[in-house]
Amino acid sequence: MTMSDLITKKLTEAFAPQSLVVTDESHLHAGHAGHRPGGESHFRVYIVSNAFTGKSRVERHRMINALLAPELEGSVHALAVSALAPGDATT
Amino acid sequence: MSIEQFIENEVKSNDVVLFMKGTPQFPQCGFSGQVVQILDHVGVPFKGLNVLESAELRDGIKVYSNWPTIPQLYVKGEFVGGCDIVREMFQAGELQQLFTEKGVVVAAS
Repeated sequence: MTMSDLITKKLTEAFAPQSLVVTDESHLHAGHAGHRPGGESHFRVYIVSNAFTGKSRVERHRMINALLAPELEGSVHALAVSALAPGDATT
Repeated sequence: MSIEQFIENEVKSNDVVLFMKGTPQFPQCGFSGQVVQILDHVGVPFKGLNVLESAELRDGIKVYSNWPTIPQLYVKGEFVGGCDIVREMFQAGELQQLFTEKGVVVAAS
């Protein structure tokens, strides 16, 4: 399983998202600190879930960071997150 | 002074503090650089603290805020967020609003 697949699986199981896109952007960071051979270091997550309704931005990120803590302590160097609740304006 | 006391002192004695990789003049990470650009654009003076100069600070700030990544923005002692949150707030006009509410003077744009 790739890291993208693992992140997708964990987020899907935890938040039952209505929309979820996980993108491996490691290739955009080649040569940058934190990049490593083989990639799988930089990811972007776009997620829409009822779980985020009524939560602040910091709370939403904390929920995701807690879920993915093992990955963030391991090979995942950067995780860009857009966490929306249904009905949030998409900015 | 413990690292926690150092951080506490910095975020309480400066209105706007950015814990970042590199310096405001020379950011060494794209995410830190984005936040610097936004703060400069808004016109708010801030203090940048380079976590790359101190492993103790780099680890300490993650524990202090219970937030695993750098950069981290603090306004009036309160943790605001990282790069994504700062950018979203800026785009929604909420960042400027936050500075106004907290009584932080920003340059007229």
